[in-house]
Amino acid sequence: MADLATLTSRITDALGDAVVDQGEARGTLVVRVRPDAWRSTAEIARRSLGFDYLSFIAGIDWMPAPVVGLVEGDTSTPAQPSDMTFGVGGSAGRFQVFAHVQSTAQHTGVTFRTDVDEADPRVESWVSVYPGADWHERECWEMYGFVFEGHPSLRHLYLPSEFEGHPLRKDFPLLAREVKPWPGLTDVEPMPGGDDEAGEEGAA
Amino acid sequence: MSTTEQPMTPGFEVDPAAFRHLADAQVNVELDTGDMILNMGPQHPATHGTLRLVVRLDGERVVAADPVIGYMHRGYEKLTEFRTYPQVTTLINRIDWLSSFANEVPFVHAAEQLMEIEAPPRAQYIRTALTELSRIATFLLFLGEMGLQVGALTPAFYGFRDREHVLNLIEAATGGRFHPNFNRIGGLKDDLPWGWIAETRNVMKIVLDACDVFEDLVVGNEIFQARTRSIGIIPGELGASYGVSGSNLRASGVDWDLRRDGAPYLAYPDLDFRVFTHPDGDSFSRYWVRLQETRESARMVLQLLDGMPAGPIMAKVPRIIKVPEGEAWVETENPLGQMGYYVVSKGATGPFRVKIRSASFSNVSILPWMLRGVYVPDVVTILASLYFILGDIDR
Amino acid sequence: MNALAVEIPWGVLLAIKAVVILAVVPLGALVLGYTFLLKMMSHMQSRLGPMDPGGFHGWFQLIGDGIKFLQKEDIVPAEADRRVFALAPTVVVISTFLIFVVIPAGPRLQVANLDVGVFYALAVSSLSVIGVLMAGWASANKFALIGALRAAAQLIAYELPLLLAVVGVVIQAGTMSLQGIVSAQQDGAIFGWSGIGNPFILTQFVGFLLFLIAAQAELTQTPFDMPVAESELVAGYMVEYTGFRFLFFFIGEFGTATAFAALAATLFLGGWSIPGVHGTAADLLGPLVLVVKLMAVAFLMFWVRFTYPRLREDQLQALAWKVLIPVALVNVIITAIIKVAI
Repeated sequence: MADLATLTSRITDALGDAVVDQGEARGTLVVRVRPDAWRSTAEIARRSLGFDYLSFIAGIDWMPAPVVGLVEGDTSTPAQPSDMTFGVGGSAGRFQVFAHVQSTAQHTGVTFRTDVDEADPRVESWVSVYPGADWHERECWEMYGFVFEGHPSLRHLYLPSEFEGHPLRKDFPLLAREVKPWPGLTDVEPMPGGDDEAGEEGAA
Repeated sequence: MSTTEQPMTPGFEVDPAAFRHLADAQVNVELDTGDMILNMGPQHPATHGTLRLVVRLDGERVVAADPVIGYMHRGYEKLTEFRTYPQVTTLINRIDWLSSFANEVPFVHAAEQLMEIEAPPRAQYIRTALTELSRIATFLLFLGEMGLQVGALTPAFYGFRDREHVLNLIEAATGGRFHPNFNRIGGLKDDLPWGWIAETRNVMKIVLDACDVFEDLVVGNEIFQARTRSIGIIPGELGASYGVSGSNLRASGVDWDLRRDGAPYLAYPDLDFRVFTHPDGDSFSRYWVRLQETRESARMVLQLLDGMPAGPIMAKVPRIIKVPEGEAWVETENPLGQMGYYVVSKGATGPFRVKIRSASFSNVSILPWMLRGVYVPDVVTILASLYFILGDIDR
Repeated sequence: MNALAVEIPWGVLLAIKAVVILAVVPLGALVLGYTFLLKMMSHMQSRLGPMDPGGFHGWFQLIGDGIKFLQKEDIVPAEADRRVFALAPTVVVISTFLIFVVIPAGPRLQVANLDVGVFYALAVSSLSVIGVLMAGWASANKFALIGALRAAAQLIAYELPLLLAVVGVVIQAGTMSLQGIVSAQQDGAIFGWSGIGNPFILTQFVGFLLFLIAAQAELTQTPFDMPVAESELVAGYMVEYTGFRFLFFFIGEFGTATAFAALAATLFLGGWSIPGVHGTAADLLGPLVLVVKLMAVAFLMFWVRFTYPRLREDQLQALAWKVLIPVALVNVIITAIIKVAI
């Protein structure tokens, strides 16, 4: 972590013009690459930069969740942001896929990010580079709907095969809160034999 | 005694037809038996929970294996988007339920990084001690239960018996044997009870003795060695590309421990400890590495108790926690492997997105590669030696 | 019947013998099961085992379990072959009963004094393989099938070491009749000193070890319990059996353990005999002595059961064919040479 600048320059040099933006999140360097350079980024990372360890591949949906069942003044459900803002390195749209790779020898790591088109969510698959991407990409597909091109068998991992929808998208409702809003502060029975105050907060 | 042959080279493409002939080699070649599909799980004593392994068998050899997971999927990543930070720690306790304290640590650390506060030193030391105690608890269970999976009934009881002492300690400090939910953003909920440190010293002696017992009873047993040596070999580089982590990767010779090599967290920079690797990468080496790590954890706990600083256990934190906008990635060396949280915050009382990187998910993803051509009993040995927890896989 | 000057009619005698056999098997299973499975295993695992049923250290536990099994619902899998499914436990238990026919408990206390006693005992003990295969196939369950096929391979493979281990004893005793073997040990002498007779365990130590190992495998006990691998197949070929059918299997398993322990005690430790005690005293003490000796042998068998992990199928086959049989053959040859030469 000390020579973050060295790491940054190594990566940006190796990737060249595939890099769109980069930034630093706490604990990791985030490099945003062009969507059509996603797989080549992986190849360069594994073969030339020495990042042999695949930590994870995941998706992110920057759209704020529709507010459901939120009671005014209730602090036990977090307030959802009102407009769409993006994270480190920016984003072209709502969807992004990000992956973290590490080097077991040099003990460094980097997070790569790329945009996914909302209308046609296709991403290049990393399976030919990191075999472990298999399951991560299956989960990403079933949770967000990203189609990974080149993946041997993109099928459901966690969910039953007849499941409809992509749960981790923000417009997929968290059913519990829609059906029944969080009760928030509830009346607490006083302890027998004493007049106890009700809990300070319904939450923590 | 013959042992199963394992393809050793990564990238070695195996033709299932070749294995079929291997199984037939000793019998009349005209006896071309068909394959049988066997469903191991989701209810099966060997799969440690609701893991379902659909294996295609040729006699007793596995031709292909396909793990089916998700029977315990609780949708944590979706849930965290609608929970405040203290509520999230309640949830993530339950990811790896055997070492539940250790699950909270990276998340709380990420939140603290985003808030730019640091827990006081005493809290860091206690957190480290409790993390190492969870590691000991998990590994004692593993040491006993791997013997059980291989067929010896007795080590499992010894494992549980000795684990009770550690769980009593965790309960005395946090109030819960499992799911303590003891971390708070900025520190801990409570200080240690009176007499805990002396009791922990006693328990660590018990743990070290228990490790010696396991070394005699299990590691030294010829049948155990015949069942585990050369079974389930993971080549180091292939394991890394699959994301296999923790003791599994160290047992394949990769010298990488996040407590020593990663970004500094908790009190590990102050501690003096060894990291164990083993060159073989088979089930035996995974058992051996965890045995040594249990001993090392006990010694680390003793060091922590000796060096425990005095002071507050909670930093100055507002009553309602609002984490400023930003992203943080924290990864720690959990008992099962490398666990990490990528927390995206938008300045609210709860996170915007939490990506939970759980160790067992990647550890189990290597199973289809590993289980080709092994015998059915070896499947059980391999599952036991990888040591996954279903909650960790399924989140 | 010298001391008891009573002439018992042939039919009554037969009935008495039948009742004794029918009682001994469940009783043996009960005693062995309670002592070793419930109590000894528990103490070895730092726990107490059943303590409540019956008051004193839970002695009633297994009897209570038996009653519980009897009143359970009889569940037969839908796809199972009903007749074969029902017959399989019976076949297994019958082979246990048949072994006890030749085991002597005293100079006159045995059901049948066959001239080919040993041969007969080992032959009927291998009938259980058929029962196991029937159980595995008829259960219509892949796990049961795997267990049954493993059992077939294993039980057949370990018949040979079992037999060859006993051949040495037969050569030394000069007879296959179990009573004859016991007499040879009781009246024998070691280099002229007949203080403890000549228990064949001293000269046939290798044979004793082989017999114990092979008996462990015949009983599908760890380290040879691949057919019933608890952590893989849960109960192997018995997995679909519940209620009294499972009780039959349980009685068969522990009854056969009693039978093999009694056989080992008879062949190697002198059976019912104490040197110097003959006649009616031997008739009265014989069963007690036999029980003590068989419990000692069973202790060894169960101790190994609760300590060792299990061998994989190919490993245990390799052990049988490549290690045990050659050792047994060498033992037989050496015994034969010594018997003829000395």
